[in-house]
Amino acid sequence: MSTTYAQHEHTDFTGASLEALETPTLQSALARLGVTLAAGNRAAWGALPGSDELRERARQIKDDALARLDELLVQTEDAVRRAGGYVHWASDVAEARRIVLEIARERGVKCIVKSKSMTTEEIHLNPALEEAGIEVVETDFGEYIAQAAKQRPSHLVAPIIHMTVEQVAEVLSNHLKQDLPPDASTLAKAARAALREKFRTADMGITGANFVVAETGTICIISNEGNARLTSTVPPIHLAIAGIEKVIPRLADLPVFLKLLARAATGQKMSVYTSLITGPRREGNRESAVGSSVENAAASGALLPTAGSLFPELDGPREFHLIFLDNGRTKILGSSYRESLYCIRCGACLNACPVYRKVGGHAYGGVYAGPIGAVLTPLYDGLPDYPLLPHASSLCGACQTACPLKIAIPHMLVHLREDLHRESEMVEAESLIYSLCKLGLRWPRLYRIGAWLTTRLFGGRAGGWFKSLPGPFAGWTHARDFPAPARRTFREQWESLNGESDRGAKP
Amino acid sequence: MITCLGDIFRPEAGVATVRLLRRLGVQVEFPEGQTCCGQPFFNSGYPKHAQDVARHTIEVFERVAVDAIVVPSGSCAAMVKVEYPALFHDDAQWHGRATELASRAHELTDFLVNVLGRDDVGASFRGKVTYHFACHLRTLGLKDEAVRLIRAIRGVEYVPLEGLEDCCGFGGSFAVRFPEISGAIVHDKALAIVRTGADAVVATDAGCLMNIAGRLHRIGSNVRALHLVEILA
Repeated sequence: MSTTYAQHEHTDFTGASLEALETPTLQSALARLGVTLAAGNRAAWGALPGSDELRERARQIKDDALARLDELLVQTEDAVRRAGGYVHWASDVAEARRIVLEIARERGVKCIVKSKSMTTEEIHLNPALEEAGIEVVETDFGEYIAQAAKQRPSHLVAPIIHMTVEQVAEVLSNHLKQDLPPDASTLAKAARAALREKFRTADMGITGANFVVAETGTICIISNEGNARLTSTVPPIHLAIAGIEKVIPRLADLPVFLKLLARAATGQKMSVYTSLITGPRREGNRESAVGSSVENAAASGALLPTAGSLFPELDGPREFHLIFLDNGRTKILGSSYRESLYCIRCGACLNACPVYRKVGGHAYGGVYAGPIGAVLTPLYDGLPDYPLLPHASSLCGACQTACPLKIAIPHMLVHLREDLHRESEMVEAESLIYSLCKLGLRWPRLYRIGAWLTTRLFGGRAGGWFKSLPGPFAGWTHARDFPAPARRTFREQWESLNGESDRGAKP
Repeated sequence: MITCLGDIFRPEAGVATVRLLRRLGVQVEFPEGQTCCGQPFFNSGYPKHAQDVARHTIEVFERVAVDAIVVPSGSCAAMVKVEYPALFHDDAQWHGRATELASRAHELTDFLVNVLGRDDVGASFRGKVTYHFACHLRTLGLKDEAVRLIRAIRGVEYVPLEGLEDCCGFGGSFAVRFPEISGAIVHDKALAIVRTGADAVVATDAGCLMNIAGRLHRIGSNVRALHLVEILA
C-alpha cells in the first residue's frame, strides 16, 4: 500500500481493510502466506514428535514465570548487574524512549544500528531518536526496506510481506541510488554492502530480546541474517529492550522455546543464528578462568557459570544495557487476558488467519497485527480507539491451533467484545436487539411463533434466494445471496417424521 | 438438538439426521422446548444472555432420559460441549449441570464415527463430492471423521478441497459487520470448490453452508451445497 495506512498508525480498520482488498499486489503477496509460512508451520508441527507435549511444557513454563514475575525480574536484574551490565525499568513508552535517549546523549552517540525488534516499534523509538538528531539504521533486510520506504512493518517476523520483489527493487534502487533488478539475491547483496559500513561505524547497537533468562541474566536473540549478532557485538554499546513478559526462569527452559519459535515462525527447525548474551565484554585470563568456571558450573548443575565465576569475554561491546518495558503488561497480568503475555511474537497466528490473509498487517492500525494484534493493540493502546479489532475475526480458531503456546486468542477476542459493551455507548441498539432475541429463545412458545411466522412470510420466497437484504443485514448480500427460509420448520415436520418411525424402525 | 438455523433454514438436514440415526438402530427423541444454543450471544460478547439461553437448553435436555444428544452442527456442538461448562465456571451447581449435558452431547460425525464406530453408514450417492471442514470441528478436536464417512458412501467420488481447513468467512455477525472481508474469503472458498469439478460440496454446519451456498449462487455456480447428513441418509 502506498498510502498513509502503511506509514502511520491509525484507527480506521474499515477504510484500511477496504483499500487492502483493492490492492492487487498486496493480495498476491498475502495469498502466498497459506502455502509458504503457514504450510511450513503446519509441516513443522507434523514432523516434530511430541510437539503437543512440548507446547504444553512451554505453556507451563510461561504460566510459572508469570506467577512469580516480580521475583524473576529482580533475579534477572541481579544477574545482569553481576555480569557487568545495567538494567533499566520503563513503566510506559515515553519512559522507555527517555531512557534510550539519555543513554545515547550521555555517550555522544551519533549513529545507531538496530536489529529487528517489535518492542522498539511499540515504543516508537526511531522517530524519537531521529528527532534528537541521531541516525538510526534498521539492519534486518525487511526492516531496512520498510525504513527506506518510510513504512511500518506489516508482520511480526516478515516485515515487508506486503511488498512484491519489484516494489522492493524500486525502494532499494531509490535508497541506494543504484539501478537494481528485481532479484532477491542481488537486492540482499546490495543491502548487505551498504549495511557493513554502518555496523563498522555505529556508536550503539539496539536489539530486542526473544527471551531473557532470569537465573543467568542472559538475553537470547535469534535471527536468520546474522544482523542481530553484528548489532549486539560490533558497536561499543549494546542496548536491548524487552517486555517484562519475556523472562523465563532457567537456561534449561530455553531449548523448549527455541524448538517452538523457529518452527512456528518459518517452519525451520532452528533459526540460523541463536545468540546468548550475558553482559558486556569482561577482561581477564580466559585460559585460567575456564577451568575453574567449568568446575563451578558443573557443581551447580548450570550450563553457564554461576555468580562470581563468569567466563572472561574479550569480545563484544564495552557496555550492555537492558531496558524492561511494562506498558500495561502488569495490568494484563491479573486480568482475563493473561495468556496474551505468553506470546513469543512468532507470527504463526497471522499466517493462519483468514482475515490477516485478506487485509494484511497495516489494516489493523497498531504496532501488532493479526489475531494477536487484535488482542494486544486494544489492551496496550485502549479499546475505545480500536472498537472494531475484537470483531475483526470469524473466530475460526486457526490462530490458536497454529500458536506454539496455544494462546486462546478467540476467547480473548470474545472477552474484548464484552468489555466493549461496557466501555462504548455505540452498541446500545445492538444490545437491545440481543436482549429481545434472548427473551424469545427462553420462551419456546415465542420462538415457535417466530419461526412459524418467518417460514410463512419468507419460506421459499424470491425463487429461494434473496439478492439483497435490508438494514443491518445488508452486509450479507454484498457478496452473496441469502437463502429463503424453509416453507415448514423442522419442528412442524417432526410429527409426521415420528409417524414414519411408528411404521418403521422403532421397536 | 436440531439447532435454530437447522430448524428454520435447513430442516431437510434435521429430517435426514433423524432418518439416518433410525436406520442405524438409534431411537430418536426431539424435545420440542429447544430453541437456540446461545452461540450468537456468546460470540458477540453477551455472556449473561448466553448463560440465560444455556440454562434453558440444559433444562430442556435434562427432562429427556437419553444416552446421547446428537447435534448436526459443529458450532452448536462446540458451544454445548466446550463453552457451556466454561460459561458457568464460577457457579458450581450450573457448572455441574452444564458438564453433564456436555458429556452427553456429540457432533453428528463424532457420534457416527467415534461413538457408534461406523465409517460406513450404508449410504449411497451418485456424484463427485468435495468437503469443507467447518472450523468448530477443530474446537471439538475432530479430524477426518467426515472424510471417512464420505469415502465409505457408495457411488461417491471424493475430491479433496484445496485449503480444506481454511475458514469460509462466515463467523456469524462477522459476515455482516465486515461484508467485504467476509465476501473476499468466501469467494476464495467458492472458487476452490468450483475448481474441484464436484457436483456437490458438503459440510457439517448450517452457518458455513448458508455462506458457501450464498456465494456459489451469486457467482452462478451450479455446485450444490449440502449438509453432509443429506448424502448420508
